[in-house]
Amino acid sequence: MDALQFIIYCAALLLCVKPLGAYMARVFDGGAGTAARVFGPAERAIHRVCGIDPAREMGWREYAVSLIIFNSIGALLVYFITRLQGLLPLNPRGLSAPSPDLSFNVAVSFVTNTNWQSYGGESTMSYFTQMTALAVQNFLSAGTGIAVAVALARGLSREKSASIGNFWNDLVKSVLYILLPLSAVLAVVLVWQGVVQNFDDYKSATPLDAGAASRQVLPMGPAAAQIAIKQLGTNGGGYFNVNSAHPFENPTPVSNFLEMLSILLIPAAFCYTFGALVRDKRQGWAILAAMFLLFIFPALLCWWSEQNVNAHLSKCGVATDAGPLSCGGNMEGKEVRFGIVNSTLWAAATTAASNGSVNSMHDSFTPLGGLVPMWMMMLGEVAFGGVGSGLYGMFIFILVAVFLAGLMVGRTPDYLEKEIGPFEMKMAAIVILVPAMLVLVGTAISCVAPDGLAAISNPRPGAHGFSQILYAFTSAANNNGSAFGGVSANTPYYNYALGICMFFGRFAVIVPVLAIAGSLAAKKKTPRNSGTVSTHTPLFIILLASTVIIVGALTFFPALALGPIVEHLQLIGAAGK
Amino acid sequence: MLASVRNAICMLLALTVLVGVVYPLAITGISILIFPKQSRGSIVQRDGSTVGSELIGQWFTSHRYFWGRPSATSPDPYTSYDEKSGGASAGSNLAASNPDFIAAVKKRAADAAVSNPAAKEPVPVDLATASGSGLDPHISIAAAKYQIARVAAARGLPETTIAAIVDRIAEGRQWGVFGEPRVNVLALNLALDESAGKNGK
Repeated sequence: MDALQFIIYCAALLLCVKPLGAYMARVFDGGAGTAARVFGPAERAIHRVCGIDPAREMGWREYAVSLIIFNSIGALLVYFITRLQGLLPLNPRGLSAPSPDLSFNVAVSFVTNTNWQSYGGESTMSYFTQMTALAVQNFLSAGTGIAVAVALARGLSREKSASIGNFWNDLVKSVLYILLPLSAVLAVVLVWQGVVQNFDDYKSATPLDAGAASRQVLPMGPAAAQIAIKQLGTNGGGYFNVNSAHPFENPTPVSNFLEMLSILLIPAAFCYTFGALVRDKRQGWAILAAMFLLFIFPALLCWWSEQNVNAHLSKCGVATDAGPLSCGGNMEGKEVRFGIVNSTLWAAATTAASNGSVNSMHDSFTPLGGLVPMWMMMLGEVAFGGVGSGLYGMFIFILVAVFLAGLMVGRTPDYLEKEIGPFEMKMAAIVILVPAMLVLVGTAISCVAPDGLAAISNPRPGAHGFSQILYAFTSAANNNGSAFGGVSANTPYYNYALGICMFFGRFAVIVPVLAIAGSLAAKKKTPRNSGTVSTHTPLFIILLASTVIIVGALTFFPALALGPIVEHLQLIGAAGK
Repeated sequence: MLASVRNAICMLLALTVLVGVVYPLAITGISILIFPKQSRGSIVQRDGSTVGSELIGQWFTSHRYFWGRPSATSPDPYTSYDEKSGGASAGSNLAASNPDFIAAVKKRAADAAVSNPAAKEPVPVDLATASGSGLDPHISIAAAKYQIARVAAARGLPETTIAAIVDRIAEGRQWGVFGEPRVNVLALNLALDESAGKNGK
């Protein structure tokens, strides 16, 4: 039955790719049809109010500048709303403002689609902050990602063009036509399953066993509306402290299935959108196939490890075998309603995408189980990846793959009839190197700085403490947001350090991608000939997936060896004694 | 540049009103209309007072009740919010290889064996490990069966009576496929009290 759940998940995801992907392509390619009649008036009203002409084309520089200004002002607004929280309405618990360093971290975190959280939602953020600052950036950061990916597709499909679209137009279309309707539907379905959605004060209850506890305070709030976009926009920032492990955030197996499906829904469907936008759907399917290959094997490893590497538990007199009455496995940090399979599948999905929401505590995973989410992030989150960002991240690896293939056959590399020149390769190198550098340098500094080491909550064994720091920087620099949650990162050192990683991990990737889009748009297409490397064949799919794995492994294997791999050997060694 | 800044501010405010105010208010309105109970926390009432939520676990220590999973919340287990300490939902975040974790599991397994002397099999893993939220409302069916003898003895009832209530409250996989078979501990304990009330005890 566990395997069936795994298969249903993959099947449901793949079945959604074409319908949603085709719809998204229509949104950006003129004919949104019925949807245009529904959302068109609001769209036109927004542009009219802001005095924007959505048809005015932008070059890549103007596109990038508009994007960065918009996101910077968004970050300022989040900062000031959180800092002024105590004076603002809809704050029934009278929560005071977070510290300046935490507010900075939160602002960067939500604007960059990371949603790293070094706070607990129910004990830190008012309803007003959650709604108007955090949920808003859930939409806008996802919309920004889609806009960049659409601009990139235009760069590939246009010829001798100086422009790649209009940022405001792409942003508003992403939010209005795609993110908002999907979120509204998901939010209501989640409430049906039990997710709270209200503006009541926290509720006081008198528990049944008075001898154990005399009072229980139940947190409330407009959670469902935010949780829906948190899952769909690959944001991942939980309404409550434990994210989707919280019964009010993810109450049932069905809510879990839908939230988990939402993690990969848009990124997977966007492959099809990309194929449609560049007028060669086979390219979209090829990218999807490579992503699926990168996703499926680590997901299976994580599941296997959590279910089976339990000799250390059975030695303590605990039953860990799976059976009809208990799922067994390593249940520390996991919820009974999800069991092992849904916890590990979620862990793989949330890190394959740049989502970062969790329904179990990755810190308490077995070492190999915990290696999987780290590995998925280290690949640059291109196995589906973030909304928009997964596609443009994978596109960078496509450039590397066609470059490698070009070297092997001795030809100038090209993709979709566009020659790939030194400028594109330099930009691709920046995109790959910046996040990797942030992860490794950040981890290295934190492993010697007293402020860095102070965050470790699992000092024994040392390998796991190292993993906690490595995970934090991997998550921040790749805009994931999940954590080995024991790490005490709500300190000025980590709030600033991780904030800086998140900022550069996002915008030092987006700007080079837009530069590539602009450069490709300006080029003319060179017709294919017999020597052209086909980029939709199984051979290329394997080359692409291998390229991603090789780059990831070469960069991060030494760090992984010091962390989860050593820890695994220690664990099975100790349990074998 | 200046025009871009003006556009950005205007766009940010317009979209904030749309997705930060209109959207959550609309969802709240629809939710409270269609799903009044769920949207407000699936609250459980007994004799006019609020006992808790169907979805949020509670801490049980009396032998007359089934016990839920270990919880790592602070200051007390199953603290869903605490004003003074800022306590909230939490997992232990102990590493599987951490000696403190191994020691905690050993102690829980030993304690469970002492409290449930009639149970001969090893402790089901969910009773020896802390949940992800610290608020897990469920235990596995195995974990419920493990405790039947203890609860029956404390209530002076035959084990078959208690087992029948467990069977009635136990849930299968949702829609026959999703999630794991499980027992809601609060619902089970409420059912125990209710049946005791009917029997005049």
